[in-house]
Amino acid sequence: MANIVKTKPRQGITVLGKYTIGTSTTLMAIVVILFVFLSSTSSVFATPENLSNLLRQTSINGIIALGMLMVIITAGIDLSVGAIVAIAGIVNALLMQAGMSMWVSMPLTLVIGAAIGVFNGILIHEVSITPFIATLGTLTIVRGIVMIMSGARMVANLPKEFGQIASGDIFGIPSMFIIWMVLFVATLFLLNYTQLGRNFFIIGSSKEVARLSGIRLRPNMYAVYGLSSLYAALAGILLSSRLSMGVPTAGISYELDAIAAVVIGGGSLFGAAGSAIGAVLGAIIMQTIRNGGNLLGIDPFALQVIIGALILIAVGVDQLRMRKAEKG
Amino acid sequence: MAELIAARGISKAFPGVRALDQVDFVLQPGEVHALVGENGAGKSTLIKILMGVYRRDSGTLSVKGQDIQDFSPQAAQSSGMAAVYQDISLARSLTVGENFFLGHMPKTGWGTIDWALAYDQCGKLLRGLGLDDIDPRATLSSLSVAKQEMVAIAKPVFENADILVFDEPTALLANEETEILFSIIRRLRSEGKGIIYISHRMEEIFAICDSVTVLKDGRHVRTMPVTDTNPDDLVRLMVGRSMEDMYTIRRSPLGEVALEVEGLTREPRFRDIGFDVRHGEIVGLFGLVGSGRTEIMRAIFGADPIERGEIRLDGKPVRFTHPSQAIAAGIGFMSEDRKNQSIALPLSVRTNINLANYPAISPFGVVNQTAEREAARTYIDRLAIKTPSDTVAIRNLSGGNQQKAVLGKNLASNSRILVCDEPTIGVDVGAKSEIYKIFEQLTEEGVAILLVSSYLPEIMGLADRILVIYEGRQMGIVERSEFDEERLVRLASGLQA
Repeated sequence: MANIVKTKPRQGITVLGKYTIGTSTTLMAIVVILFVFLSSTSSVFATPENLSNLLRQTSINGIIALGMLMVIITAGIDLSVGAIVAIAGIVNALLMQAGMSMWVSMPLTLVIGAAIGVFNGILIHEVSITPFIATLGTLTIVRGIVMIMSGARMVANLPKEFGQIASGDIFGIPSMFIIWMVLFVATLFLLNYTQLGRNFFIIGSSKEVARLSGIRLRPNMYAVYGLSSLYAALAGILLSSRLSMGVPTAGISYELDAIAAVVIGGGSLFGAAGSAIGAVLGAIIMQTIRNGGNLLGIDPFALQVIIGALILIAVGVDQLRMRKAEKG
Repeated sequence: MAELIAARGISKAFPGVRALDQVDFVLQPGEVHALVGENGAGKSTLIKILMGVYRRDSGTLSVKGQDIQDFSPQAAQSSGMAAVYQDISLARSLTVGENFFLGHMPKTGWGTIDWALAYDQCGKLLRGLGLDDIDPRATLSSLSVAKQEMVAIAKPVFENADILVFDEPTALLANEETEILFSIIRRLRSEGKGIIYISHRMEEIFAICDSVTVLKDGRHVRTMPVTDTNPDDLVRLMVGRSMEDMYTIRRSPLGEVALEVEGLTREPRFRDIGFDVRHGEIVGLFGLVGSGRTEIMRAIFGADPIERGEIRLDGKPVRFTHPSQAIAAGIGFMSEDRKNQSIALPLSVRTNINLANYPAISPFGVVNQTAEREAARTYIDRLAIKTPSDTVAIRNLSGGNQQKAVLGKNLASNSRILVCDEPTIGVDVGAKSEIYKIFEQLTEEGVAILLVSSYLPEIMGLADRILVIYEGRQMGIVERSEFDEERLVRLASGLQA
């Protein structure tokens, strides 16, 4: 099943994490063109309010995409992230409602999130369930638990200062965006400068090669799924802060947006390809089209068609270019 | 009826290699015809031409009296030819019965598949062949490898093929199954069918075959009735070739014992393997495909578990449960399956050279990029790896340069013992001799090398001693002064020297 969605790694990103000009420049150019086009066609787009709103909207998907990127680099997939967004929002809200300080409840929620990721890692490494199925199972279980815990009701009346995390600005920049960028730099560093990052790429190109090169798969698999869930849990906390409540249905199909951002950004479901900057740009492009489309009054369903087409074009163009290069 | 197959003057060249040169081959009805020769002698090329997989460059071919111009695997099949190859080419997730009928399942009057009939017919045939214990409804992958092989053998019988090729059919079989195979072959022979039998095992050839054709270096050496020859003569005909200079390297003085193996056992793959390798020495491991040589190498490297036995490094007993421990102890491993086991294809040459080196150059988990670049540059220069830069993906390099990068990977992680499984597989001649030169330098520096090779000139040229393995059993250790192709081939075929 997973084979159907796999594409060949794109050309120009074959070198470990280091983006060669091709894809990143193209993505940058698309972002610039979108911004120029939308600024000139919509009077609202370039206003500080809209831009800061856009950045907040993008941050949630952008954070999840960074975690998803690492999983995809190991040739895996994590479908449980959307459910983790929901459970993080609910757990954190319930804890605060029970009187816990948010400075305790938030770290606790992150730990729970990461633990769910390690559970995914156990299913995948110890039980040898393919990542697609393992995380699909987790998604379903977690969604159910969220409904049981919340009684399918929103958890409101949260402390005021909790809501300020997401709505706050630092030097006029939305704090959510700053959090996202901090994670971006951390992920970039992890992927390009640490042994763990190297391990992810090597595992993504072949688990057997990794093992015979002395890499222990277990800690690495736990780490990558744990990180992905950790990022998703953080996104879940931020989302519930933005809404000032825990929403049991939050994060539905967020995993697909995250996968789309990674793939538009040059990630390959074959593994061993992709970059943090690509995932960030992919998330920005998707959200900008949504935001701009709304401002221009384009039918939201038509926007969905456009974004779907964008995913196919981004991957398709690279595939064709690669096939051409292969034929010489 | 005339000859089933009459091939005359068959030649076939691949870029750079003359695989077959004017080879004649005739198969009579009711004949079991052995095809023997060393690896690379041209056996598989000949079979593939007969089966329509390859197109011959010249020569004539007739099948059952019909001249064949253009042949294809489909045409071969419809002329009643079938081949059972060493790697079982059946659909593993389908049942035995489905595999028998592949694409031609019997239909009921409603146009749906008549499962009862299919399994009934299949079961009847299996029982007739003495394979009562194979359930036609069993999924192929649920059967043991030997049983799968028996299914593969039974399938052409079921299809009523009258020209059958068995390529090393017993490699995966136990004794009783080999007996069943032989009875199947005898039955086919009595029905006037023709069988081409490829095997390295002398005793089988003399047990079941009527005539034998020897190929060597793509040439037809001789065809004769097996009654006119004996195992010794046959081996001599197969290998009688002088050694080439290419495979001779300078010998280094030997140091202390680097690696000692005693009573190493992993049933059913190998048992009671014991040998040692000194610093500066190359010990060869010779055996047929499937003899257990690769498994022995993997066990020493900690890639597979062992049941019994001891491994000592510089006199100290070690027990590895993961390759990382072997690497830390200074053992390097070059797998025979480079693309799936040794290199990370989509990653850069730099990363690949450092593949086993990261723990050493990553204090607190942060990769020292200078050391990483340095290691890559060092080994690209030292091993003369031809690459536009060290950031190029290794998949863009030639096989020889990839293999040199694998050597670089092992040297970068400071291997003092190098375990090399077919290090020159898929490597061109030029890179081959470069790799031999590197081995020469390494032994001078006191590196101990354990070398698996199924190519005799290579292993005899490089090794100081050769350990011969036959079906997981140690047949003996031959000293360099006593190297002799015939003797090695005899040992590797399970015959005493």
